[in-house]
Amino acid sequence: MPLLTVTDLRTHFHTRNGVYRAVDGVSFAVERGETLGMVGESGSGKSVICYSIMGLVPQPPGRIESGSAVFDGVDLLRCSPREARSVRGKRMSMIFQDPMTSLNPYLRISEQVIEPLLIHENISKKEALGRALGMMEAVGINDAARRIHFYPHEFSGGMRQRVMIAMALITRPELLIADEPTTALDVTIQAQILDLIRKLQRELGMAVIFVTHDLGVVAGLCDRVQVMYAGRIVEEAGAAELYHSPLHPYTRGLQRSIPALQPKGCDLFTIPGLPPDVSKPIPGCAFAPRCGFATDACTASVPELAEASPGHSHACIRMRAGEITWDA
Amino acid sequence: MSENILELRDVRTYFPIHKGFLVKRQTGAVRAVDGVTLSVRQGEVLGLVGESGCGKSTLARTILQLVPTTGGAVILNGRNLGEASREQMLASRRDLQMVFQDPYASLNPRMTVHAMLAEPLLTHGICAKKDVQSHVDELMRIVGLAPRFARKYPHEFSGGQRQRIAIARALALRPKIIIADEPVSALDVSIQAQILNLLSQLCREMGLALVFIAHDLSVVRHISDRVAVMYLGKIVELGPALDVIDRPRHPYTRALVSAIPVPDPGVERGRQRIVLAGDPPSPINPPPGCAFHPRCQYAVAKCREGVPPLVPAAPSREAACIRLAELP
Repeated sequence: MPLLTVTDLRTHFHTRNGVYRAVDGVSFAVERGETLGMVGESGSGKSVICYSIMGLVPQPPGRIESGSAVFDGVDLLRCSPREARSVRGKRMSMIFQDPMTSLNPYLRISEQVIEPLLIHENISKKEALGRALGMMEAVGINDAARRIHFYPHEFSGGMRQRVMIAMALITRPELLIADEPTTALDVTIQAQILDLIRKLQRELGMAVIFVTHDLGVVAGLCDRVQVMYAGRIVEEAGAAELYHSPLHPYTRGLQRSIPALQPKGCDLFTIPGLPPDVSKPIPGCAFAPRCGFATDACTASVPELAEASPGHSHACIRMRAGEITWDA
Repeated sequence: MSENILELRDVRTYFPIHKGFLVKRQTGAVRAVDGVTLSVRQGEVLGLVGESGCGKSTLARTILQLVPTTGGAVILNGRNLGEASREQMLASRRDLQMVFQDPYASLNPRMTVHAMLAEPLLTHGICAKKDVQSHVDELMRIVGLAPRFARKYPHEFSGGQRQRIAIARALALRPKIIIADEPVSALDVSIQAQILNLLSQLCREMGLALVFIAHDLSVVRHISDRVAVMYLGKIVELGPALDVIDRPRHPYTRALVSAIPVPDPGVERGRQRIVLAGDPPSPINPPPGCAFHPRCQYAVAKCREGVPPLVPAAPSREAACIRLAELP
């Protein structure tokens, strides 16, 4: 049985300007110990999925319209707050994009790192500090015994992200949700943090949901990848499979617009137009207005995400009908 | 070979640090740019890469004389900008324009596109008042915006469109060189490709020189003719884009290149990565000798002794490392 099963999740935001369908019918599962990559452009709903699972969607204006997120038998979207608390922050934790703003500037690092332990485990402050020290060393902070008493501003960006990781992992969670944890960091620091996540995942055997917009980061880290567009999953496959034979026109367009994969100096492929406005209902496939292959059938009904070959699903009706072929 | 349009000779920009409340005294300086010598030819794209805090943006601001230089000379078209009079500076500004990173912050929210594009035309007397309309239309067409949007305000545009407006504004004075400070970092991949295509097309068609500042090496490799790699205020490697990024010589460039994730799982998994330990040192108190030696795997005692100069490393390439010949 998968560790986490999300079924038909819909998270909408009711604002004065209309209903934003940030997540609109998303289903996926995460197995124990696996790394699932979630890729998409800004506004595609990747972060909102994470917030919904973690119970961090501000309600109102947000509202989880339907769906379930079953973590080891507990439906996080319907259970009592007490039950949810026993999972969130203990068996499942999250790290955020911006290490500069996600630590409390008024509290010493030590207090912030031991907080999850004091809440979730019957443990004395002294013992907790000992565990925190071990965790700080595990995430590669030198001189941890002294630096644990520092304030966040005394750390650099990369170091703060390490502190965030230490805080998230101190309860030895089974699932780590990482929402663009390296986007705000320099490449050399990003390499350090990715290595660290990989190492700790191996040691703790936890599953990771890794949210990013960078296809390169996904390639090195993830077992499986799902591509998001306008609040829905458009393609899902193993990392290597997705890279070598993307099926959905959006995934393909995305891949062809990355400079790293194109010959130098040539005109980059661009996806015409802009991502859709999710505050209006989108008839059929959300990508159809920007897709070179769209027909009337594409806008008639929402295409289902269905398996094309074992482990590789996509949501393109023309691809499925065999009407589009990609030359290799 | 065409002549140099912009020349930097040993440019230094220090920001003094003051201590004391009533009696201020200078206690040190942030050496943001510390002895940079560079040249840009007509129609050339020079990529400038480095991590945050290495002085890329300060160098851009120094070229535009937006911050006072501490030493050295910025020579535009044979005129030393540091010694230019107000009138001469105003004339030189016409040849030298800038595009900033964040198109959400760099456009005045209270000005329409028309007002923003007309302002430089009138200030510099580029055209008569009655011709402004046609000039503005032309500028908008060049950057791929429909002239009917001229009466709209920045908030009505997406990030990519705003960056197009910023580029149109930079082009208004028919400059010879544009300094673009991370122009695509704030944009999504598919939009980033559109802006990259636009910039390289403008350089090709208008013979415009471009200094392209970015931290993303794959973007820089794609668009640049030559690349300069900066570390702690100094240039450590300089040469043709493909050579520098595909066959880096300086240990820092090697580490930087190896830290970029490649969006190909096959390549990415099998790759040997050089992970640099620690953070870049502080530019207030740089390490003695080569600033990179504390993080360099090839460092020897001699590296601490003197600041290594940029020396020829291969035809048309330079690198600042005393052990170049001994490196594997």
